[in-house]
Amino acid sequence: MSEFALVYRSGGEKMSPEEMQAHLKHCLDWFKELLERGVIDDPGVPLGPAGSVVVGRQGVVHDGPFAEAKDVISGFTVVKVQNLAEAIEIAKSCPVAYVGGSVEVRPVEACR
Amino acid sequence: MELPDHFFRHETGRIIATLSKIFGFQNIDLVEDATQEACGRAVEVWSVRGLPENPSAWLMTVAKNRALDILRRERRTRTVSTEYGQLLRSEWTMELRVDELTELNAIRDDQLRLMFSCGHPRLPEEAQVAIMLHYLCGFSVKEVAQAYLSGFAAVDKRITRGKKALASSGSLFDVSQQSDFMERLPVIHRAIYLLFNQGYHGGSQDSPVQHLLCREAIRLVGMLLENPLGRTTETLALAALMHLHAARLPAKLTPSGELTQLFDQDRGLWDQAHMQMGFELLANASSGQALTEYHIEALIAGMHASARDIESTDWPTIVKLYDALLVLKASPVIALNRAIAVSQAEGPARGLEEIGCIADADRLETYPFYWAALGELQVLVKRDADAKRSFESALAIARNSAERKHLQKRIEAVSARPGLGSLN
Repeated sequence: MSEFALVYRSGGEKMSPEEMQAHLKHCLDWFKELLERGVIDDPGVPLGPAGSVVVGRQGVVHDGPFAEAKDVISGFTVVKVQNLAEAIEIAKSCPVAYVGGSVEVRPVEACR
Repeated sequence: MELPDHFFRHETGRIIATLSKIFGFQNIDLVEDATQEACGRAVEVWSVRGLPENPSAWLMTVAKNRALDILRRERRTRTVSTEYGQLLRSEWTMELRVDELTELNAIRDDQLRLMFSCGHPRLPEEAQVAIMLHYLCGFSVKEVAQAYLSGFAAVDKRITRGKKALASSGSLFDVSQQSDFMERLPVIHRAIYLLFNQGYHGGSQDSPVQHLLCREAIRLVGMLLENPLGRTTETLALAALMHLHAARLPAKLTPSGELTQLFDQDRGLWDQAHMQMGFELLANASSGQALTEYHIEALIAGMHASARDIESTDWPTIVKLYDALLVLKASPVIALNRAIAVSQAEGPARGLEEIGCIADADRLETYPFYWAALGELQVLVKRDADAKRSFESALAIARNSAERKHLQKRIEAVSARPGLGSLN
C-alpha cells in the first residue's frame, strides 16, 4: 500500500451558479465514493487564497490573496492505493479536472 | 443536510442585490467578481469540509470580504459614490457597517430595490427582463440566451446595455418612496408577466415549457407580495394567474416530451397546491375596485381550473371574459383565444367565423398555435384538406421538437381519414 497526494489547482473557469451547484454535488459524491471504497480516510485539506509567502533568510513577505494566480493550489487529498497507476485513475475521475482545473499526483515519501 | 435546488442561483441574486447597494451599481463588475469567487470558494471548501451551518450567511460573508479586498487594492482607481462611500473610506467602520448591512432583514429590501432598478424606463422590456434574470435570478448570459432562443451576442449586448443604464442612473431605485414605487410597479408587473409567459409559452430547443422561468417569475412576484407597498390587488391578480397556469404545467408536457393541449390534458395531473394558492390569491385580488388584465386572465385560468372537463367548462362566461380583456388590451392572440372559446360555446363553424374576423390576423401568421387551432376547427367541420394545409403551415414554423411531433401526428391523423380532398 502506498500513499499519494492529489494536489488540486482550480482552473479559474467561469461557471454559472447552476453549474457550480452541479459541480459541488459532483465533488461531494466523488469524496463519498472514495471514503466508501476505503481509498481515503478523510477528504483532505482545502486551502484559502489569502495568506502570505515568506522568502529567504531575510524573511521577505509577499502578501496574498493569490486568487488571481491561475496555478494556485486549492487543496489536497491523500489517497491510499497500490501504485501510481491506481492513483492516476482516481485523479482522472476527479471533478476538478472536469471544470478546467488540474490534479497533480505526487507520492507521499516514506522513510522506512 | 442538502442544499435546496437552485441554491447558488438564488443566493447569487441576494448577494448581488445587497453588495450593489453598498458599492453602487457603478462597481457591479467588482460585485459580480466577488460573488463569483465566493461561490467558487464555497464549492472548494464545502466539498471537502461539508456544508456549513448557515450556507447563505457563509456565502454573503465571503463575498463581502472579497469585495472589500478588491476595493482596498483598487482604491486609487475606484470610487464608491453611494451613501456608504464615506464609511468605506475608513478601514474600521468599513467592516462594521458592512456587517450590519448584510443582515437578513436588509437583504429582502435590497432584492426589491434591484428588481425595481431593472425596470429602468430607458430600457426596452426585453432588456429589463434579461437583467432581472441575470442579476436577481442568477442566470448566466448563456442561460438567458437559451431561455429566449437568442444568440449569445445579442443577449450579452442586451445585458450590457441594461448594466450601463443602471450604472449611469447613479443610485439604485428607492423603494421607500411610495409615489415612485407605485409609478414603477406596473413596469415590474409587466416584466414578471413576460418572464412567466416566456416560460409557459416560449419554445426552447429541448423543452417547450421552461418550468424554470415560470418558477422564477413566481418567486419574484412573491417578493412583491411580501412588501406592504407591493401587495396590491394587481400584484395579487398577477400572482393568481401565474399559479393557476403553473398548476397545468405537469399535464402540458408528457414524459416523452410531447405537448398536450388544454383539451387533451389529464386534469388529474394538475398541481393541486398551485391551484389552491391561485384561488386564494384570486379571492384576495378581488377586494379592490380595479379590474386589470391580470384579473381577467386569472379569472379565465380559474374557470378552467375549476372545471371537471372540457364539456362542463363554462365557455359562454369565458367568451365574455375575453370580450372584457379585448377592451383592455386589443391583441390578435387574445382574439384567437376568444374565437376558440366561441367554438366551444357555439360550435366550430362559429369559431372559424370568429377567426375570420380577427383584426390584424396577418400578425398571427408567424404564430404556430394560430395555424394549429385553425386546423383543429377545420377538422371538426370536415374540411380535411384545409386542415392538413393548416397543420403543415404550423409545422413549418414550429419552435421545438415537441411542437413538431404533435403537428406531425395531427397531419398523419387527418391524412388517414377517408375522403381527403374530396370535400374541396
